[in-house]
Amino acid sequence: MASKRQKDSPEEEKKQASSFPDEVLECVLGFVKSHRDRSSVSLVCKDWYNAERWSRTHVFIGNCYSVSPEILVRRFPNIRSVTLKGKPRFSDFNLVPLNWGADIHAWLVVFASAYSFLEELRLKRMTITDESLEFLAKSFPNFKALSLVSCDGFSTDGLKAIVAHCKNLTELDILENGIDDLGGSWLSCFPENFTSLEVLNFASLNSEVNFDALERLVARCKSLKVLKVNKNVTLEQLQRLLVHTSQLTELGTGSFSQELTLREYSELESAFSNCKNLYTLSGLSEATSLYLPALYPACVNLTFLNLSDAALQSAELAKLLPHCPHLRRLWVLDTVEDKGLEAVGSSCPLLEELRVFPAEPFEQDVVIGGVTESGFVAVSQGCRKLHYVLYFCRRMTNSAVAAVVKNCPDFTHFRLCIMNPWEPDYLTKEPMDEAFGVVVKTCTKLQRLAVSGLLTDLTFEYIGKYAKNLETLSVAFAGSSDRGMQCVLAGCPKLRKLEIRDCPFGNAALLSGLERYESMRSLWMSACHVTMNGCRLLAREMPRLNVEVIKEDGSDDTHAEKVYVYRSVAGPRRDAPPFVLTL
Amino acid sequence: MSRPLEHDYIGLSEVSSMESSEKISSASSTVSTEEEKSNALNLKETELRLGLPGSESPERKSGAGVGVSLLGRTVEDKNGYSLGVLKNFVSGAKRGFSDAIDVSGKWVFSGNGGSEVDMGKGAVLFSPRGVNGVKSLGVLENANQQPGSAAPALKDVVPPSPKPVQDKKPQMPAANDHVAPAAKAQVVGWPPIRSFRKNTMAVNPAKNNDDDEGKSGSACLYVKVSMDGAPYLRKVDLKTYGSYKELSAALEKMFSCFTIGQCGSHGVPGRDGLSESRLMDLLHGSEYVLTYEDKDGDWMLVGDVPWEMFTDSCRRLRIMKGSEAIGLAPRAMEKCKNRN
Repeated sequence: MASKRQKDSPEEEKKQASSFPDEVLECVLGFVKSHRDRSSVSLVCKDWYNAERWSRTHVFIGNCYSVSPEILVRRFPNIRSVTLKGKPRFSDFNLVPLNWGADIHAWLVVFASAYSFLEELRLKRMTITDESLEFLAKSFPNFKALSLVSCDGFSTDGLKAIVAHCKNLTELDILENGIDDLGGSWLSCFPENFTSLEVLNFASLNSEVNFDALERLVARCKSLKVLKVNKNVTLEQLQRLLVHTSQLTELGTGSFSQELTLREYSELESAFSNCKNLYTLSGLSEATSLYLPALYPACVNLTFLNLSDAALQSAELAKLLPHCPHLRRLWVLDTVEDKGLEAVGSSCPLLEELRVFPAEPFEQDVVIGGVTESGFVAVSQGCRKLHYVLYFCRRMTNSAVAAVVKNCPDFTHFRLCIMNPWEPDYLTKEPMDEAFGVVVKTCTKLQRLAVSGLLTDLTFEYIGKYAKNLETLSVAFAGSSDRGMQCVLAGCPKLRKLEIRDCPFGNAALLSGLERYESMRSLWMSACHVTMNGCRLLAREMPRLNVEVIKEDGSDDTHAEKVYVYRSVAGPRRDAPPFVLTL
Repeated sequence: MSRPLEHDYIGLSEVSSMESSEKISSASSTVSTEEEKSNALNLKETELRLGLPGSESPERKSGAGVGVSLLGRTVEDKNGYSLGVLKNFVSGAKRGFSDAIDVSGKWVFSGNGGSEVDMGKGAVLFSPRGVNGVKSLGVLENANQQPGSAAPALKDVVPPSPKPVQDKKPQMPAANDHVAPAAKAQVVGWPPIRSFRKNTMAVNPAKNNDDDEGKSGSACLYVKVSMDGAPYLRKVDLKTYGSYKELSAALEKMFSCFTIGQCGSHGVPGRDGLSESRLMDLLHGSEYVLTYEDKDGDWMLVGDVPWEMFTDSCRRLRIMKGSEAIGLAPRAMEKCKNRN
């Protein structure tokens, strides 16, 4: 490689440098897109570092507190697209208190002066206020794409500002956020001469938008490729939208249940027949067997079918799937039951990803549907290319998991959630250690693992011993002692994200990872046995880590209930709320 | 840190420390009483105030709500194995119930006198009374503005570490045997389902106030409607109806395919005028009775109270077979008889 040659012979390096102008290098490096590759490139030598930093247009920051906006703009002067992730993932499940942080505003202020040509902002688990949205809308004349996933702090008023001021907006993707839905009038704020929209996703907003405004918007945005509407859009309205959008590649329908006349139904059917370019279909809430057949013609090229809002029964799924011969990703609710999963196994030979969500995760008495270990095995028998699974169930067995990975040894993401904590093997009543043992032994490419069920330290011994490519591990209600966590920290060289809750891991376990945490993005431990002293020790030994403890009211002062440890070049947080203690 | 006796009016008792495995083993047989007692405890607690009286840390009494998490204790627990301890805490992201187990491993029980909890496994089976007892807590919690999770089931979850479990045959109260605790505690953030998904899945928003999502509960009032014999539930927004008549008509339309026995793609339900009137007969006749579960967790006959009061207190609806409604209220039975 050129880099090696440069390192070995300085004279040649000079020759190389002079015959290889920076501009050319920058141009070449412009083709390097992956941020990991770019990191590697920047480490080669000073020239390459500089060329890389000048040519980088997109930056991905997995933990917003690992770096500061000032450091960022100093290194990368030409950024047009920023992706930022904020809160720890467990904040999705309400384990992180409100006002924890990850507020985008400080970043926006710095960007406004350094990146006035910013085009894209993609945020996940960050806080963004309406004021920030307005500031964003007014500070960046070239702004094109806004994607907010699992964010909070804003309302639909903030969306109004974006919609009204961003003349070049191509993407508005508002997903799964905790926001104040003050009404649907934001959609009407798109100017009448606005035509650039390519992506519009407001599926998770609750308020009804003005349909006429929506229809006009869709009609005039000829480049619209992705349209995901919310539940208030009826079938009849959807049909009217589809008339204008035969070029859609991704569609999220509104509510899929309405009384239609025969004529309306056939209009809907022909509207779907025109959608030959659909790769992704979602929405379909309240879909019933009545109208699903109208969809069939649109499913011809589908690769991703998201039925996680549609409580389908097994028969309905079984009838739908044969119409989707190219399906690679499928998300369903467990209302389809094992029988539905058998249909998946028999109808979807190309399936690579399956996610089964629980329809009633918290209900114990009225359990409609639900999948078991046999559904899991059935899928694996038919879908040999399966490599990503997220499976919520109430019971599982070690032998079933063994059968699954025997059929599908190429798992990269294995997330099994047995919903009752400490649930043992359904048949043998033993721990589920062997299940995860066989997963890590067989699936050598495993990158992400989530464990559940009754687990002892043996599970973690297996993980440490075999999961050499593991990058993300999620653990809850598992383990017997510190040894479990120690095995993982010692044995998984590629581990980047470790999130643990309600496990008997204490200071010894925490401190065994001293050497590891700087090569990881973050560690989360909540409801474990870690104490404040342990955290203080960690903070003292590893000054480049931020060791934060979230204090809950009324808790024991020596106990560290929620610990969040992450590497950072920006030093301790300056915006920490009072309940976050930085040690 | 034990529960003050003055809160013991329901007949709480404290069981001595579960420090030995044997005690834990025998705990499974007492789990039923634990749940019953814990049910009543929280029932009483939510009636008294928002916080939890008698919990170890008085600071926990706060309007922000309480959550449950399982906390392991380290050195404090001298038993040599980690004892998961249920602890109350007030978190900004509040959810669920809490049950107080003190540090030394004492179990705190609350009684619900007389509720029989069926110890089913996995998909837990409750006796109706148990269900109601459990549900009422969630409802009460919500009435007190505490965002309970969708299913306000309760459980004493204090699992000993699996180590002793391995030594003996697995005897953790939480799992093992065929005897899973019937009432499951609402552990914060478990199962790991994102809030938006909970909201979309036939969940009554009144039960699932995600403060951090800032959703206003008054915009709509979705309640689940189940019908005996129907394969899945439906959800209706009570605010869209102005009277019992409207609600009844809507429900008939919704469930007509089940009562008439047609459920397929060949027809649009409810459009046939003849079938509609036949439905009304079915629903008002002896075959089905419309009932609802109110804030207190009691199952009531629909139609007794003024409409506004009904929408305020209704938590879920159930279209019950007339024969099952016999136990519900004498009036229901009379009504059935009269129609025959």
